[in-house]
Amino acid sequence: MDLKDKAYIVGAYEHPTRKAPDKSVAQLHAESAKGALEDAGLSHSDIDGYFCAGDAPGLGMLSMVDYMGLRNLRHVDSTETGGSSYLIHVSHAAQAIAMGRCDIALITLAGRPRSAGSSGTQPRNWGSDVPDTPFESPFGSVTVNSYAMVAQRHMYEYGTTAEQLAWIKVAASHHAQHNPHAMLKDVVTVEDVLNSPMVSSPLKRLDCCVVTDGGGALILARPEIARQLKRPLVGLRGAGEAIKGQLGGEVDLTWSAARLSGPRAFEQAGVTPADIKYASIYDSFTITVLMQLEDLGFCKKGEGGKFVADGNLISGVGKLPFNTDGGGLCNNHPANRGGITKVIEAVRQLRGEAHPAVQVPNCDLALAHGTGGFLGSRHGSATLILERA
Amino acid sequence: MSKPFQPNPIVAPTIEPGTEYFWEQAKAGQLTVKSCQSCGKVHWYPRTLCPFCFGETEFKPASGKGKIYSYSVMSRGNPNPYCIAYVTLEEGVTMMTQIVDCDLDDVHIGQAVEVVFKPTEGEDTPPVPMFKPV
Repeated sequence: MDLKDKAYIVGAYEHPTRKAPDKSVAQLHAESAKGALEDAGLSHSDIDGYFCAGDAPGLGMLSMVDYMGLRNLRHVDSTETGGSSYLIHVSHAAQAIAMGRCDIALITLAGRPRSAGSSGTQPRNWGSDVPDTPFESPFGSVTVNSYAMVAQRHMYEYGTTAEQLAWIKVAASHHAQHNPHAMLKDVVTVEDVLNSPMVSSPLKRLDCCVVTDGGGALILARPEIARQLKRPLVGLRGAGEAIKGQLGGEVDLTWSAARLSGPRAFEQAGVTPADIKYASIYDSFTITVLMQLEDLGFCKKGEGGKFVADGNLISGVGKLPFNTDGGGLCNNHPANRGGITKVIEAVRQLRGEAHPAVQVPNCDLALAHGTGGFLGSRHGSATLILERA
Repeated sequence: MSKPFQPNPIVAPTIEPGTEYFWEQAKAGQLTVKSCQSCGKVHWYPRTLCPFCFGETEFKPASGKGKIYSYSVMSRGNPNPYCIAYVTLEEGVTMMTQIVDCDLDDVHIGQAVEVVFKPTEGEDTPPVPMFKPV
């Protein structure tokens, strides 16, 4: 299906909180939804499609639909692929609208891991019947060491250095200094990253994303409705999704599922990586960014280290401005998963509403990419090519 | 710098239907892998249906020898530092494990290792396959 001009992103909202001990997760979802509706100029009763993922409390989406009082839903989708879910939701929402299954779709994410004291150094409890758990959890498998093993292998295969990875955090921090809501607003240097404590070798504390409370929401609408609204229109040109696991024991940490989802999105959009003016790249860890840049084709496999060095990802300095909100590395990673924040900053760039210090001139084509789950074992991957309509 | 291995408590694995034999063999100190009766391929972790072709599978003994494919040392362990790893067995599959009984700062990719079963918490629970340098 050609997605061009079938649906538009008309509302986007990032909750300003980064610590919300006095708010419930459901409340953060609802406040994010309200913010996105206000941004779009739509109201509560207009929503007839709803998308949420594993961060929504309760049984699938039943609790959230009931809590928010969404009575007019004709289409629902709770696709769960970790932090890549919300990018898949954008694609699925556009398809649902194109198929006539709904007119105005809402996507929400929210969580408060910071208040709850949960992070990527602790085991996650997925229940007792997960088939891989008995063969992984006894060995201390957590989020950060899954990504760290990818980084270790990348260094071995391609000579990638800790200094090169550090440049990714440095670039994010240059952007975060302009974001008043960012959790980490201080510009850091390569030395700062290298001197931060080792968490899981070779990843240091500043190679890791922030742990924040917060949320975000997006609204997509069919073109006839979208054109009557007040906001600049952002269209979806192409989308791709993929899952990669351990391949039955044929483990290969040198590539991620972005190698599959990326080409699918670029082919549908009819563009190439060289055409992209701005990229939102999932940044749970610095290595996540490096792997995606290679697998999406912004540089050759193994050359990511050289590509990200010397400020190449800094807006106004380098060739590929990325994560101009400060990303998950400095700004926000609500629910221990970003994803929706990747789409929100791409929408700001395409509308020309990013902070003036980081706004990419004439930004008419952007990429947003999500990697969810565990890069070293099993992960979801979603790529969106977005354009200013 | 050195980080001599110090054991951490290990939560016992849940013994899922279809994996009983694997854990019985673990108690006897034998690592097993599953192979497919249709396509002949070995896979990891053990399934009752082959993840390459959905054929029926059977357990067979593994040599317990392999090489480190990748690893990471968690500095703040539980409570001690530990080294998670992927080890590629001689049988060709790569499995998640831990590297133990050595200086964790000396662990490196390509290192030859052999299986050593480590006890888990609780009574009559199976040990889990970890690896030490040869």
